[in-house]
Amino acid sequence: MLTTVRKNTMLTDRIYRLTLSAPQVAADAQPGQFVHVRTVPPTSWDPFLRRPLSIHDCSREEGIIALLYEVVGRGTTLLSRLRPGDEVDLLGPLGRGFTLVPDRRPVLVGGGLGLAPLLFLARRLREARQRPVVLVGCRRGSDVVAIDDFAALDCKVEVATEDGSLGCKGMVTTLAEKHLECEDAVYACGPRPMLAAIAGLCRGAGALLQVSLEEKMGCGIGACLVCACPTPKGYARVCTDGPVFWAEEVDLRG
Amino acid sequence: MADLTAVLGPLQLPNPVLVASGTFGYGEEYGTYIDLNRLGGIMVKGTTLHPRRGNRPPRIVETPAGLLNSVGLQNPGVDAVISEELPKLKELKCPVIVNIAGSTVDEYAQVAARLDGHPTVAALEINVSCPNVNEGGMAFGTDPAMVREVVQAVRGSTDLPLICKLSPNVGDIVQVAEAAVEAGAQILSLINTVLGMSIDVGTRRPTLTNVFGGLSGPAIRPIAVRMVWEVYQALRVPIIGMGGIASGRDALEFILAGAGAVAVGSANFTDPGVCLKIIRELEEYIEAQGLDGLSSLVGAAHP
Ligand SMILES: Cc1cc2nc3c(=O)[nH]c(=O)nc-3n(C[C@H](O)[C@H](O)[C@H](O)COP(=O)(O)OP(=O)(O)OC[C@H]3O[C@@H](n4cnc5c(N)ncnc54)[C@H](O)[C@@H]3O)c2cc1C
Ligand SMILES: Cc1cc2nc3c(=O)[nH]c(=O)nc-3n(C[C@H](O)[C@H](O)[C@H](O)COP(=O)(O)O)c2cc1C
Ligand code: FES
Repeated sequence: MLTTVRKNTMLTDRIYRLTLSAPQVAADAQPGQFVHVRTVPPTSWDPFLRRPLSIHDCSREEGIIALLYEVVGRGTTLLSRLRPGDEVDLLGPLGRGFTLVPDRRPVLVGGGLGLAPLLFLARRLREARQRPVVLVGCRRGSDVVAIDDFAALDCKVEVATEDGSLGCKGMVTTLAEKHLECEDAVYACGPRPMLAAIAGLCRGAGALLQVSLEEKMGCGIGACLVCACPTPKGYARVCTDGPVFWAEEVDLRG
Repeated sequence: MADLTAVLGPLQLPNPVLVASGTFGYGEEYGTYIDLNRLGGIMVKGTTLHPRRGNRPPRIVETPAGLLNSVGLQNPGVDAVISEELPKLKELKCPVIVNIAGSTVDEYAQVAARLDGHPTVAALEINVSCPNVNEGGMAFGTDPAMVREVVQAVRGSTDLPLICKLSPNVGDIVQVAEAAVEAGAQILSLINTVLGMSIDVGTRRPTLTNVFGGLSGPAIRPIAVRMVWEVYQALRVPIIGMGGIASGRDALEFILAGAGAVAVGSANFTDPGVCLKIIRELEEYIEAQGLDGLSSLVGAAHP
């Protein structure tokens, strides 16, 4: 599906926010779902694969979605060169998103760019009259983005940085240890070791946990089986059975 | 509109554009994006006697104009395919071809026997690129004698049209092709993925947990075209050509080299609509050239 670039804003030296006119995606999207983005025009086959990116924000009324991405390789470098008016081919919304848990305090935990899907989630939680606590962990203060957007939704935001240059010094797990309560519904996205640590904390506290996982993808729609994630019942497909799983469904050490 | 019917020995296809095994699941997922009835045929995922878990991730790495995969034949086993998957394909207008695999000759034969006579199955495609556990894990497809044995055993277990899918990881593809035909394969499909490897310079370890993977996508197209050319030249058997096809032009290259039909694999990942686009481009080509159909083009590049 062809979408049109509205804005492609550089937020830090490596992190960009891409805003796209995509009414159909915006109408159907659920928080935690992703889009599969072609980084080159339809006539080019190199880079060959699409890139999975979480839906960072979404406005049904305006028919726009936003993606928050870090430039790490060829595909994201190509995305960073997009200008307003350019066309971007994407598939989506794809995958299983977060289940909004009623009557429990939502705690959103994002490690690094794992923060990406949480803004859209916070927006939908606010629409459901819940008030999320957002815990953000980054390496340095200069990597911390989108905080103001959460604050604008009237979320309570806590930041941890590994070098202590912003918020408290430490990891997002340090914040989670401090803030988690047993009746919480926790929504987490970030590196696998972080998710495993959060899962340990949630088990200890009796909190419900959903995790959003990353795995390299081919088709993105469930057909090729390359995006395998170990579960007690064999491999699940991150692209269609996930990317969001209940923590008990998956083996986070694998 | 141009008639695209393709006849490959005992197998007749509404048009010459199939989808390649393992890249298209059982079709269901792509059904959201395209009308599956318009395909020339669906070659479903590799099916083994018993369920297979598949390899540990990561199972994919992107490479220049292609990708390496090491799915490891993850599938629910032939009985589950018969009870769960084939019924969903029953109403489909295009032929369904089941790709079969095994780690022993007997396993291939047993899978074939269970699928024999199934009303939804138009043909079997034998994937000989699997390791033979009785021969120290050497792939069946690398040795003409082993290919002969597998195809013969399958031939003895079913009356369905038989396609043998050749591995490109051999010295002389014609020898293997000959063995497959002599043993009873009526159609050859080629090529399967090219053995390859990638190393992560960050971790200084192989990128795929399985170490080696199969290369596919436009990167392998010239190898595939060459092999189709060689096999057609030597044997003039019906061929389904594949390897990196992503456009009507690509498909025509294979047809001119000797393929009566083509299959599209990895390009579906990039563009779920690519097969319908290829069919349209073939129709346009035939009309622009004032031809009745494709048959006069098959192998036409040969002197
Ligand atoms: C469901 C999902 C949602 C994601 N959401 C975001 C997001 O919102 N923001 C963001 O910055 N990143 C996100 N990622 C990671 C993002 O997909 C990769 O950073 C991106 O694909 C890198 O592409 P590249 O060409 O720049 O890097 P390269 O390293 O050159 O990519 C090479 C190949 O590896 C794949 N790849 C590399 N890193 C990853 C990774 N971490 N996960 C999956 N595939 C990878 C690429 O897709 C490509 O096929 C998400 C991943 C998944 C699976
Ligand atoms: C993810 C993936 C899974 C595959 N699984 C199978 C399989 O189960 N059986 C088989 O015979 N070939 C399998 N193949 C090979 C393809 O059917 C095809 O022969 C090969 O990819 C070349 O075509 P392409 O370049 O168009 O993808 C697989 C390929 C890919 C990329
Ligand atoms: S990426 Fe193909 S099944 Fe998930």
